[in-house]
Amino acid sequence: MREPGAAKLTPRRSPGRRPEARPATFQSRLYWPTWAAPAIVWLAILFVLPLYTVLAIAFGTVDFLQNPLPVWEPWFWTAHYLTGVAHQIVGPGSYLGPVYIRTFVYVGLATLICFYVAYPVAYHIARCKGRRKKAFLVLLLIPFWISYLMRMLAWIGLLQNDGYVNRVLLFLHLVPHRVGWLQGRPITVILGLVYGNIPYMILPLYGFLDRIDQHLLEAAKDLGASPFRSFLRVTLPLSKPAILAGGVIVTLPMFGDYYTNVMLSGSPHTTMIGNVLDNAVENTGQGPYAAVFVLILMLLLLLPLAYYLRSTRRTMEAR
Amino acid sequence: MSDQIAVGGPSPAAPDGGHRTRRGLPRWLRRDPWRSSWVLEAITWGYFGWSLIPIVIAILISFNGGRSLSSQQGFSLQYWYGAPGGDPQGSLFTDPNLHTALLQSLRLAFLAVIVAVPLGVGFAVGLDRWRGRAPSTANFVMLLSFVMPEIIIAVALFLVFSYALKFVLLGTSAEVLGLVTVMIPYAVIVVRARLLSIGREYEEAAMDLGASPTQAIGRVLLPLLYPAIAASIALVFAATVDDFVTVNYLSGPAASEPLSVKIYNGVRNLPSPELNAAATFMMVSSTVIVVCGFLAYQHLARKRGERFGAAGLADQI
Repeated sequence: MREPGAAKLTPRRSPGRRPEARPATFQSRLYWPTWAAPAIVWLAILFVLPLYTVLAIAFGTVDFLQNPLPVWEPWFWTAHYLTGVAHQIVGPGSYLGPVYIRTFVYVGLATLICFYVAYPVAYHIARCKGRRKKAFLVLLLIPFWISYLMRMLAWIGLLQNDGYVNRVLLFLHLVPHRVGWLQGRPITVILGLVYGNIPYMILPLYGFLDRIDQHLLEAAKDLGASPFRSFLRVTLPLSKPAILAGGVIVTLPMFGDYYTNVMLSGSPHTTMIGNVLDNAVENTGQGPYAAVFVLILMLLLLLPLAYYLRSTRRTMEAR
Repeated sequence: MSDQIAVGGPSPAAPDGGHRTRRGLPRWLRRDPWRSSWVLEAITWGYFGWSLIPIVIAILISFNGGRSLSSQQGFSLQYWYGAPGGDPQGSLFTDPNLHTALLQSLRLAFLAVIVAVPLGVGFAVGLDRWRGRAPSTANFVMLLSFVMPEIIIAVALFLVFSYALKFVLLGTSAEVLGLVTVMIPYAVIVVRARLLSIGREYEEAAMDLGASPTQAIGRVLLPLLYPAIAASIALVFAATVDDFVTVNYLSGPAASEPLSVKIYNGVRNLPSPELNAAATFMMVSSTVIVVCGFLAYQHLARKRGERFGAAGLADQI
């Protein structure tokens, strides 16, 4: 139950627009830092240090058993493994290049489908009223406390050869014979990604559309815009930041996804970046490669991460 | 937020603008296809059906009478309590492996809550009052760990415990350390939202009346924060029970694998309705916790004369 939207939905008022009320009462300037210190130390040792270890292993060496030997000093780093992997990504006959392209295609398509489903739903719920709206909101929140595993398990049952999906499709004569949905079909993986992540897009979109100033729409109407036109020219452009934020929120976990693929396909024809990383960790002797894959994934996500954190900070400051 | 802010365009009862004269556009385009139309209603209900019906079917399958994953063959509790006189393996409450895993899930959730929630509350309170460059860096790092794909943190921790901090053995201790790292931001964000809505007047009043900062926090601020603390306990507990990415990489011997990891590995090898029973159990336990947290939240918040609906909680978490 991650709530990536939370960071955006939080503050009602900004603290401390005025100067510190009474510094004299605080015995020491270290008073507030002391409160935060335990968590800061924790994050330093168990979040920042591990990320540095990834670097130290990715640019480090191995012992005679192929176990990684982290090299802590940056001036002794070698890019040996990084260039090795880079050759596998772009070089001739590379086996990783298609995986990266496939990941981008899958994530892109899944994000687009998420948007085209999430926007109308969020829009509709934002404009309902009273009890109806509350009921819709409760339905909207249910997927958040059902684990990802449970939701994937549900589809594994439905998509079996003799499952309900095939039965319905056969009954409607949409397919000539039973389809092996779980035997490495890209469409299954993409829809699995959509199914798993779409709640995280709907909620921020709803939160935003719910707050759009109605006077703007009334103004558009008074100026003679048809409702459809005012949607296109007012609501849609206004919701651009929310669309981008929602897109980033669903894109980030999809890039790191390996479990959806493992559970719904398991075939090498649908392998994504996350699966390559997962395999490198599971197989012994691949430690440096696992570190390199983590590093590349982090570099790929740097841009969306930076965008998301910046927009979060901006909304925090704006309120 | 649902009912405080007026929502919706011109009310659905108003004429849909068809009587207005407008040039060019054909009539069907002039009628807003997005407003109060059956199209949106159908998409919304379609979405809810698509998102919820599979879950209901999966729950029903866990009570399946037959061995099939895909169709209901009568009703039985064999995947929960075992068939009478049958093999204890293959049902949630009698299989010793699953029993261990279930206890491990609860143990991990309990430990993660005990460590992560106090750390998160301290971090939120400290950061809310501490000015300067250092706290905003700390906040940035915390948010970074929140939005980063979990596999990055999990693999990074795995590499640290395997090749750098080797005294931490993979198993329960590594799992708890990893889970707390992943869960701290959840607690921080929930508490921080509440802190921002409380403001600083109450503790300033307390200090004007002669309380020391520690007294002001202990007697005034923390009681005001109880709803958020209850909510973050529920959130961290539920998220820990559901987590399988971090725990999967950091689990050592089979006995340290919680239910979620067993389900994940079971799905990879041979799915069976027993896994549906396990997942249903996880869902029920986290739902119970979330509902308890929500009720506690509402109770504690209402005691202070505030009202939060379901939407209020959505706003908080």
